[in-house]
Amino acid sequence: MPMSLPEVTVDYDVERIRADFPILGVKPYGKQLVYLDNAATTHKPRCVIEEMSNYYATMHSNVHRGIHYLSEQATAAYERARETVQHFIGAARREEIVFTRGTTESINLVASSWGGANLRAGDEIVLTVFEHHSNIVPWQLVAERTGAKLRVIPLESDGSLSVERTLDAITERTRIVSIAHVSNVLGCIVPVEILIAQAHRVGAVVLLDGAQAVAHCSVNVRQLDCDFYAFSSHKVYGPTGIGVLYGKFELLDRMPPYQGGGDMIRRVTFERTTYNELPYKFEAGTPPIAEAIGLARALEYLGSIGVVAIAEWERRLVEHCCNLLAGIEGVHILGPQSDRAAVVSFVADGVHPHDIATFLDREGIAIRAGHHCAQPLMDFFGIPASSRFSVAMYNTPDEIERAADALRKCLYVLR
Amino acid sequence: MMLPDELSSLYQEVILDHNRSPRNYGKLDAPTHVAEGFNPLCGDQLELYLRVRDDGTIEDVRFEGKGCAISRASASLMTEEIKGKSLAEARDLFSKFHSAVTSDSDRMVDTGELGKLVVLLGVRQFPTRVKCATLAWHTLEQALNGGGRVTTE
Repeated sequence: MPMSLPEVTVDYDVERIRADFPILGVKPYGKQLVYLDNAATTHKPRCVIEEMSNYYATMHSNVHRGIHYLSEQATAAYERARETVQHFIGAARREEIVFTRGTTESINLVASSWGGANLRAGDEIVLTVFEHHSNIVPWQLVAERTGAKLRVIPLESDGSLSVERTLDAITERTRIVSIAHVSNVLGCIVPVEILIAQAHRVGAVVLLDGAQAVAHCSVNVRQLDCDFYAFSSHKVYGPTGIGVLYGKFELLDRMPPYQGGGDMIRRVTFERTTYNELPYKFEAGTPPIAEAIGLARALEYLGSIGVVAIAEWERRLVEHCCNLLAGIEGVHILGPQSDRAAVVSFVADGVHPHDIATFLDREGIAIRAGHHCAQPLMDFFGIPASSRFSVAMYNTPDEIERAADALRKCLYVLR
Repeated sequence: MMLPDELSSLYQEVILDHNRSPRNYGKLDAPTHVAEGFNPLCGDQLELYLRVRDDGTIEDVRFEGKGCAISRASASLMTEEIKGKSLAEARDLFSKFHSAVTSDSDRMVDTGELGKLVVLLGVRQFPTRVKCATLAWHTLEQALNGGGRVTTE
């Protein structure tokens, strides 16, 4: 095959990284696992698994209220985790980091709390066609409650956003722009800077759905100047069950609570309840303590390898993948070809994505097939579903070749 | 080309043939029963049209839609199997087919009653794909029960 392998970078030791991920030793159907479903969830390095196990073995207790040794230890570790997240995404203050259940809950929190308090009939919520359902439905719910309207920025035929149409959609009626930083289907890194500047010019705020971004490109919320940033731990090599909402202090401070319960209050009487300070106002109930500690460890691990080095490695994998797929007859890659982060979605003439996924699965290759929780985008392309290869720091060029070979074989058999 | 055993049992030549050239494909004139089947998990979707005579015989049946090889082949095979049967016989066949494809893959199945549908038994080794094989049949049931849209996932 006349394909050039990605150049080997001296300082990127993928074999050493792979050795840190125990699950890569699993052999589905006796085959070597090739895991290319990283946009759905990433695997956990041993240090994260051990950190959480160690927490339960030596430190576990409830946080913020216990007057005893273990509770103090657990509280300190939980709050250290918050600071790790703060520094990782470049937030100015620790109070700006709210732990949630995931990206979905982070967006629901903003839609419900900020949206409920700030949206009025006729106001516009600006989204794009390629949003994940979790960045569409919460806005539909609050729009129904408040009379605000969704305004969807149309895409160019290749699935990209044009600057002109983006700027056109953000007007004095816009209250909030909520948009994926990286599309979970197209993998395109959205040029959010222009959009954020325009939103601020008209007095609107911006939420970035960073679920697909944080593990794959450097994110600095202060440089971006976004107002809210949401992401999930399990897509950045951390545990499931926890996510992050970053919000600018002044915004979070003025927002009403999202859920009521323990930990989020200062004083409760039946006549009147006063709320706790940030970030606790938004963390009702016992938080996911072990998960926060696991997430912090995952971010430290990510930082120790370096997001820039990982992004460069993944860029080469994706380029290699696109080159190989382009060489297979009747395979069409979705989305703009430039600025692609870690995700390659495609359709193949005459063969349904689910048949491809089943076929590859039996070769030990895990991919995703379906609508990827982005049905409006599937409708835009006029397809019911697509197949998706998504890479992470531990994937290799060899794995990409195995997947492409299996795809070629699958199409040969099923067509 | 050599395939793993379970894959060759799932994608048997008969199934691939029905996927490439589905039988009874397209709209039906003057249908008496219509329903749409949809699997939101994978986006598979099909419309089923039946013309049932007053005596309860399925005179004609056709389908249209988008779906994977298993769901297309299953719909195609279903139309062949139920055409000319009475409604009661078609319902009975669905119940036998349903219990066969949802049974453990090592269980013996009375294949005599299933006719050509036996080629679909390979899905038993692929639990995530059973819905693909049964979508057409759930849509049939919906059509016979008054029509509309049926969703499986």
